[in-house]
Amino acid sequence: MSTTAGRATGQPDEKGRRGAFSSRRVFILAAIGSAVGLGNIWRFPYVAYENGGGAFVLPYLVALLTAGIPFLLLDYAIGHRHRGSAPLSFARLRRGTEGLGWWQVGICFVIATYYAAVIAWALRYTFFSLDEAWGADPEGFFFGEFLRAGDVEVTADVVPGVLVPLVLVWLAVLVIMALGVQRGIGATSLVLIPVLVLAFAALVVQALLLPGAAAGLDALFTPDWSALTSAPVWAAAFGQIFFSLSIGFGIMITYASYVGRREDMIGSGLVVGFSNSSFELLAGIGVFAALGFMAQAGGVAVGEVASDGIGLAFIAFPTIISQAPAGALLGVLFFGSLVIAGITSLVSVIEVVISAVRDKLDTSRRTATLVVGVPAAVLSLVLFSTTSGIYVLDVVDHFVNQYGILVVALVSMLVVAWALRALTGLSEHLNVHGRPRVGAGWRVLTSLVAPVGLTIVLVFALRDDLAAPYEGYPGWLLLGFGWLLVVALPLVGFLLARLPWRAGTHLDGPPPGSDPAAPLHATPTTDPTPRNRPVTGHDEGGLR
Amino acid sequence: MSTAAIVMMVVAMIVIWGGLGLTIASLLRHGAVENRAEEPRRNR
Repeated sequence: MSTTAGRATGQPDEKGRRGAFSSRRVFILAAIGSAVGLGNIWRFPYVAYENGGGAFVLPYLVALLTAGIPFLLLDYAIGHRHRGSAPLSFARLRRGTEGLGWWQVGICFVIATYYAAVIAWALRYTFFSLDEAWGADPEGFFFGEFLRAGDVEVTADVVPGVLVPLVLVWLAVLVIMALGVQRGIGATSLVLIPVLVLAFAALVVQALLLPGAAAGLDALFTPDWSALTSAPVWAAAFGQIFFSLSIGFGIMITYASYVGRREDMIGSGLVVGFSNSSFELLAGIGVFAALGFMAQAGGVAVGEVASDGIGLAFIAFPTIISQAPAGALLGVLFFGSLVIAGITSLVSVIEVVISAVRDKLDTSRRTATLVVGVPAAVLSLVLFSTTSGIYVLDVVDHFVNQYGILVVALVSMLVVAWALRALTGLSEHLNVHGRPRVGAGWRVLTSLVAPVGLTIVLVFALRDDLAAPYEGYPGWLLLGFGWLLVVALPLVGFLLARLPWRAGTHLDGPPPGSDPAAPLHATPTTDPTPRNRPVTGHDEGGLR
Repeated sequence: MSTAAIVMMVVAMIVIWGGLGLTIASLLRHGAVENRAEEPRRNR
């Protein structure tokens, strides 16, 4: 089998063709933007509260240090060493594993379609906050007046109130994507991440000043030490870390491929991992301070108002906004934060698909953006701006997360660690410029601890879904938009892997010019083998 | 707030936010070392 598709000479500058982040700082902010998403704000606080409160800190940290960060570094090593989208990186790792990359691409495509819808809801609620449009019944308003959700069925009845913001979200995202890696994703992250941190910090301060905030924090942080002996609590910690860090489904592989070859990927990974957890802690404090206020205002215990996900954002928080002094400001900060966190995550999800299409077909950035973005946007509008959108969204989200991301991450990890035995080479790559160095400990965590952690999470999810239909939805909905979807994604992935690569694509291991130990201003050598020929005459020395 | 809750909140803040501070400091320090190590090669 030919390992270099087509011509091997005269390739355009690889970095210029694919795009690159201009500095380590931009990469870190983009990676934080990807990791910090809706789940940090609306999932972590409740998961922590439900699983031991303050005691949850221990399993959470164990999961972060033994599975989350090691797995993050694995993604970084694969993308940074092989300098390609997920399919190209896997193909360069071993030709037969390319399908894993396309499986990840498929998952990202599906996630993008519904993730945009939630951002559209949050965008609309940012403006609803100004005049508390939900009135005295936030729940009735959300499901009735806003989403117009009827019976559980799939309809084509479009809801204009969802359609318009959804179109705006897609337009904004496609413009960002068309601008490219640095001018689009990088510049957006450079602006939005500091804005997000400032906006959420302001929200936390406002929430802490509300009466009852201390009761909310008391509920969140009071430790239940017996939880530490509970297997589901540990599974929840591993699940939270895993879903929160954007690992295992191509995002970090893609982003790492845009980083200068001499950057410290280990140090960068540690910063991204701890930044993500830092934001989660901030979110926990802000959300539970606000819930404490809500509980006190309603004369009930915090446990009775605590919730997560859509219930927290679109039902509990509107209630809080209606009751709190300067509630409109609180609402704009909360929903504005959701929009910003969502946009920076959505951009990273879409980039996985665009990057793969560009690598495979050698198209321009704008063409790839249209080829990927328009179908994704149309599908998103057709499925999720209708009166049945919330049901389809809920099912797709559950199954793609539990059995899409989890399974592909687990399979990828096992293939890289055990079938290809690539961890030693990857750790050597990370160690050239990375500090602290990774060694046998990292390899054990990545090949044993993280897979075992993910397997436990998967087993608990399967147990729940086999015991009872998810959320009581009808079987046809769970089958069509759940089980069949998650089975179809790997099949489509391995079919796409059979398509030929663009002419000149290097598929035999790391591409020329990717060696992090090579001199900065290496000039092309006379060595005739492509593997030893640097792609660029200049390099990333000035990028830091 | 109960004493146990305050203690756990402070512990979480110190470990997670402190961990972030340490990792940023480590990255900056290592980056500076790398830059200094590169200078002779660039000036050669």
